[in-house]
Amino acid sequence: MSLISTLARLEAVSTGRAQPAATVRHRHLSGRPLVFVPLITAGEAGAPLGALVGTDPDAPRLLAVPQPRDRDLRFAFLAELADVVLPYVDAHAEVVEAAERTETDPETGKRVKVEVDLCADAPQLIVPSRAGIDLVRLLGRSTRFRRTAEQDPEAPYPAPPRVPLLGRWLTHFGERARVPGSSLLLAMTDVLGRHWATGQSTLEDQHLGALLAWIDPPEGASGAEAALRAELERDERGQLTCPPAGPATDPAFDNKLLAPAIERYDRARTALASAEDGLQADDRFGVLTAAEREIRDLVLSRTRPTWDAVWRGLDLLRELPEGAHVEERWTRDRWSFTGHRDRVLAGEPPQPRRDDAVTAANKLATREREQARLEAQEALDDPLVMAGRRLSGEAFAGEVTDVVMAYSEGKRPSPRPLVTIRTDDRPHLGERTKVYRSLGGKPQSAEFVADEEDGAYVVLRVLDKMGRGKEPEPGSVPEKGDRVCFTLFEHEQRGGAKLPDPEETPWTHGGPPGEATLETADPVTEEDLL
Amino acid sequence: MTTVFDPSAAAGRATDAILHDTLHGTARGVVVDSPPGAGKSTLVVRAALELAEAGHPLMVVAQTNAQVDDLVLRLAEKNPELPVGRLHSSDADPYDKALDDLGNVRKSAKAADLAGLAVVISTAAKWGHVKVDEPWRHAIVDEAYQMRSDALLAVAGLFERALFVGDPGQLDPFSIVGSEQWAGLAYDPSASAVTTLLAHNPDLPQHRLPVSWRLPASAAPLVSDAFYPYTPFRSGTGPGDRGLSFAVPSDGSGPDRVIDEAAVSGWGLLELPARHTPRTDPEAVRAVATVVRRLLDRGGAATSERSPDPSPLTADRVAVGTAHRDQAAAVRAALSELGVTDVVVDTANRLQGREYDVTVVLHPLSGRPDATAFHLETGRLCVLASRHRHACIVVCRAGVSDLLDDYPSTEPVQLGTVVKFPDGWEANHAVLAHLAEHRVPWRP
Repeated sequence: MSLISTLARLEAVSTGRAQPAATVRHRHLSGRPLVFVPLITAGEAGAPLGALVGTDPDAPRLLAVPQPRDRDLRFAFLAELADVVLPYVDAHAEVVEAAERTETDPETGKRVKVEVDLCADAPQLIVPSRAGIDLVRLLGRSTRFRRTAEQDPEAPYPAPPRVPLLGRWLTHFGERARVPGSSLLLAMTDVLGRHWATGQSTLEDQHLGALLAWIDPPEGASGAEAALRAELERDERGQLTCPPAGPATDPAFDNKLLAPAIERYDRARTALASAEDGLQADDRFGVLTAAEREIRDLVLSRTRPTWDAVWRGLDLLRELPEGAHVEERWTRDRWSFTGHRDRVLAGEPPQPRRDDAVTAANKLATREREQARLEAQEALDDPLVMAGRRLSGEAFAGEVTDVVMAYSEGKRPSPRPLVTIRTDDRPHLGERTKVYRSLGGKPQSAEFVADEEDGAYVVLRVLDKMGRGKEPEPGSVPEKGDRVCFTLFEHEQRGGAKLPDPEETPWTHGGPPGEATLETADPVTEEDLL
Repeated sequence: MTTVFDPSAAAGRATDAILHDTLHGTARGVVVDSPPGAGKSTLVVRAALELAEAGHPLMVVAQTNAQVDDLVLRLAEKNPELPVGRLHSSDADPYDKALDDLGNVRKSAKAADLAGLAVVISTAAKWGHVKVDEPWRHAIVDEAYQMRSDALLAVAGLFERALFVGDPGQLDPFSIVGSEQWAGLAYDPSASAVTTLLAHNPDLPQHRLPVSWRLPASAAPLVSDAFYPYTPFRSGTGPGDRGLSFAVPSDGSGPDRVIDEAAVSGWGLLELPARHTPRTDPEAVRAVATVVRRLLDRGGAATSERSPDPSPLTADRVAVGTAHRDQAAAVRAALSELGVTDVVVDTANRLQGREYDVTVVLHPLSGRPDATAFHLETGRLCVLASRHRHACIVVCRAGVSDLLDDYPSTEPVQLGTVVKFPDGWEANHAVLAHLAEHRVPWRP
């Protein structure tokens, strides 16, 4: 944890309120995000119990699985989820704008510009907590290899149409969420935690109710009290008044309310199956429907508080102005969305279970680049973030006190002005350390020459962005009295090494992966059957 | 019959076997594990010269520009006639200016300019951008355990066969983003190049260098037991071969007493009272700086097998190692307050491969309330405890063994990954247990 975030947390403890960790919003928020609040069944990984999902805060769609171990009901849940998610995705896939992309011409091997479609906006999925992102990934993993009856008439348990497609999209959302700075799939606790520092640990920040209590405590209560209440307060039935954001549920809820309700549902179902005549069946069907309704009500009672909390979090975040580079990062999300849309349209198979060596290395390189870019952009967009970097010696700000014109040696001398800056910061500058400042959105580099009066004055030699002439272009060199801020980190990231194509994988990495085989879903085992 | 261990002969046999496999073997790769100071660079230079002299064009991959420049200088020293190419980046000042004085070294940012030279050397990052029609017959990959698997993937197409040399005990390569997704895959891009290489080619010949020429007889057994329990090594020198003495007698203070302890035994632990502190613990930082100041003030002289006369312990023969960069910056500031400016102060990452007479180490776990994976990493402690030829002085808050007991390793177990032994917990305990015998308590 950086010094400034430690300070902010201490301040939150002493004031009883979360302290801002950012002055602008560093993540894109869609005007119409799809909020997804899922619950799973204890004891069985990836067995959904229900969810609230939708784009309208006042009209969520409730999905529930009255018997989570029943595969047919699980498929029905996924089919319903697909009915909400896929139209939302498709609506974004249809509206495109023209854009340019550099591609390698397969015939000449040259890099050429091609005109392609870029989706004008991308869908945005929001889950309450990080565990929700894992569940999205897990649902994607468990459904994208399923075969529908249309794809494979022999499939013993065919998936409803569109469920495999849902799995591919959820996988894409889950995979994109691993890219630093991406906003296609966000966990509310992560985004709030990025923008506010609370007086509790980052682990405790994973509790959406407690986190919101710190950020926006009810009238008259301190954040700490409200957070404690959110974590512990139970009603007369022993149930948490602020249920966990899921997808896991509270054991007291499981034992006292859910298990008896599921048992009633099971009994009603067995009774219906053994009904001897139509009249009896009608009665028993009524009992079954009531049992199902009871479970739906239980799911709603656990998800609705979280649903409201997510929207409250969104409202709080929307009050912050968007950071200057957020749009640029969102454009990359749009490219990612467009790319996957095109792969689906082109009939490509679902994402493989495991990346091959080259894909894995490319993904890691991309994410490292995005991480470095995100850190630099957040600092440039937000003085509070920059303050943290200044405090840790990675940047410094100050006033220009002197500018002396100097020139490089060589046949064509170029301007290399020496700029003296008075600063209270203590950057970790060494001999000829490169530093950068933002000049009209582009980084201008300089190198450290000397410090004077024990670091109170820093002398830099400006190196570039001064034009081609002998005299620097107007405005390209800081002037006496200017406030400037230089960073020791680079603002833009260079591209990494070009990796071989997967079919050229070298012997050190196991050679080419061979022909792509169509992956099938996991085989059905006895445990899968009720 | 007991045979006397002859370090030169043992090292010579190992080197001969390595060179034989490299020059005449049929395997596509040869892996050499080298403990700290075991003559890895000497081996790389010798293998490069022999390959070049046998007429095999050779590419050499190192990890940093400093390592590349160092190799070029060593090659030129051994064989000034050998045409060597230094492939460098197109940044300003891409290579050491000392290379400009070498007549047979051609420098370029384009690989095509260096075609046909006997040896071409560059960093893995630069090689990753090179395209060739015809791969090199031979390559040497230096510091291969510090190279990431994805970096090897980018360059492996450039050569047909390679000698991989490195130290498995030092810091593993790291990535700044999570890579759990690929844990357990043979080609996990965040693993070390050697891990991936051996996972796919388990039959490659593997050698190791058995003798550390750097570490003194007092340090080799501890470093070997704590960090290389299954591949032990010996020191090249015996117990009486090295000595450290001081002209100025001790003033009885903690720093002086720990210096004397380290001069006699090779190890010293200056223990400050237990306390939870920020990373840049002002007392510990000042203690480190005071020890360095006294080391220089007391007129130290080091005797070793290198020369019959003692050589003075000057600032360039002393280094300070820390875990974090802000700690290094704090120590540098404290040193300059005491008037010491030319002692190297750096993090474990940057001290890898370096050698000094005496090192002063700020213990990675000193004053911490928790033991994270970063601070427990075996390689970090191994690097810090194996940079010295004579003595190593560790400055630490009391209570680290309790901290270790309170925080057993809790990293999630990933299926399919090779568990690395020893773990940081075990190695830290081994080192602390040994240091406890050389403890000097001090209240600053």
